[in-house]
Amino acid sequence: MEKVTTITGVGVPFRRSNVDTDQIIPAVYLKRVTKTGFEDALFAGWRQDPDFVLNQPAYQGARVLVAGSDFGTGSSREHAVWALRDFGFRAVLSPRFGDIFRGNSGKQGLLAGQISEDDTERLWKALEANPGIDMTVDLVERSARIGELTVKFEIDEYTRWRLLEGLDDIGLTLRDEARITEFESTREPWRPRTLPAR
Amino acid sequence: MTDAPIASARPRTLAEKVWDKHLVAKGENGNPDLIYIDLHLVHEVTSPQAFDGLRMAGRPVRRPDLTIATEDHNTPTIGIDRPIADRTSRTQIETLRRNCEEFGVRLHSLGDIEQGIVHVVGPQLGLTQPGITVVCGDSHTSTHGAFGAMAFGIGTSEVEHVMATQTLPLKPFKTMAITVNGQLRPGVTAKDIILAVIAKIGTGGGQGYVLEYRGSAIRALSMEGRMTICNMSIEAGARAGMVAPDETTYDYLKGRVHAPQGQDWDDAVAYWETLATDEGARFDAEVILDADELEPFVTWGTNPGQGVSLSQTVPNPAEITDANERSAAERALEYMDLEAGTPMKDIRVDTVFLGSCTNSRVEDLRAAAEIIKGKTKAENIRMLVVPGSARVRLEAEAEGLDKVFLEFGAEWRFAGCSMCLGMNPDQLAPGERCASTSNRNFEGRQGKGGRTHLVSPLVAAATAIRGTLSSPWDLLQDERDSAERISVERISVGAGAPIEEGAK
Ligand code: SF4
Repeated sequence: MEKVTTITGVGVPFRRSNVDTDQIIPAVYLKRVTKTGFEDALFAGWRQDPDFVLNQPAYQGARVLVAGSDFGTGSSREHAVWALRDFGFRAVLSPRFGDIFRGNSGKQGLLAGQISEDDTERLWKALEANPGIDMTVDLVERSARIGELTVKFEIDEYTRWRLLEGLDDIGLTLRDEARITEFESTREPWRPRTLPAR
Repeated sequence: MTDAPIASARPRTLAEKVWDKHLVAKGENGNPDLIYIDLHLVHEVTSPQAFDGLRMAGRPVRRPDLTIATEDHNTPTIGIDRPIADRTSRTQIETLRRNCEEFGVRLHSLGDIEQGIVHVVGPQLGLTQPGITVVCGDSHTSTHGAFGAMAFGIGTSEVEHVMATQTLPLKPFKTMAITVNGQLRPGVTAKDIILAVIAKIGTGGGQGYVLEYRGSAIRALSMEGRMTICNMSIEAGARAGMVAPDETTYDYLKGRVHAPQGQDWDDAVAYWETLATDEGARFDAEVILDADELEPFVTWGTNPGQGVSLSQTVPNPAEITDANERSAAERALEYMDLEAGTPMKDIRVDTVFLGSCTNSRVEDLRAAAEIIKGKTKAENIRMLVVPGSARVRLEAEAEGLDKVFLEFGAEWRFAGCSMCLGMNPDQLAPGERCASTSNRNFEGRQGKGGRTHLVSPLVAAATAIRGTLSSPWDLLQDERDSAERISVERISVGAGAPIEEGAK
């Protein structure tokens, strides 16, 4: 996984709350069996509207999404993160995220930072005042900057460390493999087993 | 290591007990704990990229004997003996078959008696047991918490992680007690409880929590009812929902093929008996609900928290104080093509969907069949009945439920997720309105432009009869009304006759 320290690029004022993962990527796109190539699926329903914010020329090549509260709620589909990533987003800021979405983001190198409602409004105003302006999300400082405006975001320490180091989850866990094996030796015999099939 | 020493020192909740029991390594310095996973359920949508990841890294599935796969999200519900027409659906299913073969994972394919919705299959095989940890790349894994298991949905990266290590790095969840006291009235079900809970705490209200459902109304529920409630915990934003095991749980499990047997059964029950939340254990939050007051519940909007009692009207967004919720409500009403103030019961429905992992077990089908038996379907309604698994379908057929549905004019389909998410051809057309026993009423969830009202199986059945959103209470009222009409006619005949005679 690539290391993430600072992200600079076009920021999108995404004035919507309660954006669930069905909106981020509708179910029909989940049929693919690959791990990449989901850029066309992102917000597919809304993108048919020419006025939709991501269709505006100013926001082409966007890297940071500033969304309303409860972003990424609903279905656990990780495809939501892949679609954002494939479209070019490297960070999403919101006052509140769906739990599973936030977890998925950290694992795919997409920074999900929590900001206050007031700061969200400030960022939206700054982005709208100057459509297409670059913003910088600094994971070291835990801050987002647009020109003079700097706001702080929150991200849990573990996810931050992993993003900064670019660490892969499974490799990390397998460093503890001896303990897993030891744990397995203590499991009761009546715990369910799927094999042999009965 | 497995039993944390702090364990006996203070009273613990059910969730804490299951957590402590599965601790492989305690996280230090703010790192997550490493938790052992007892049961990993797999389906075709969220697994291909995980298998792909294993293959790329040259890793095996660590415990195929704790892993089981089924085909459900994409499978057709008619003509299941023919090749799947949709190319991408077919690719996902074929990919699952190849992957299971390659990695030695047990798979129940279309046509197999144990095929069906992953959350129906686990309990039906007796694999879902109290006190275990269950994960699946599907948010409604919370269903299995009905047995007192800790069960939650995970993303595809985590699916790969569990496949490779049989563990997950996790931060402890907070706990919330949802106490439902009292007794449900006839016609009110588990589905109405959970819809009311979500309307009360909101779609984000359970975020970061494991919910434990308690109280006399929960104790009185069957396992199917408890599964319905735990299933929708995720719609309140929670990671998991749980119910402490009791006799109802043991009765359901006993004799199922993968339930413990003989001495193992006794040992298991002895352990299960220790799981209930200790007297004096602290929850981080608590919500109390009165079952006596509950009425059949139905959603009006585009998230499961936007619900009201069926006897009420479509709410007026102008009366909602929170600005975010107000604008969400305005957008929802526009999408749903509803006007504030409309009585919910006046809403005409096009399609009734009885199915999904929330309400497709044989008890659900039985309850709906009892309502519609001998009745006629409203002409404007198309009704789809989709059993949760092939086994449920057979059980229902053995009871003759298929005939009841077919005679009523409903379609009797093969098992799968079907119209719950419309990945197969079972979809709503744009603008079509559906009373659905599933769990999500998001925009376009059941088909692009489709409009979903979440309801219980009883409300689904009554709606199919009356053509508008209705509950069994309305059917009773209809009967009373017509009985009254008949007796009024009799009275007028009886009263009229002597007058006529007298007039002679
Ligand atoms: S029935 Fe619906 S909610 Fe349940 S697993 Fe299938 S798609 Fe998900």
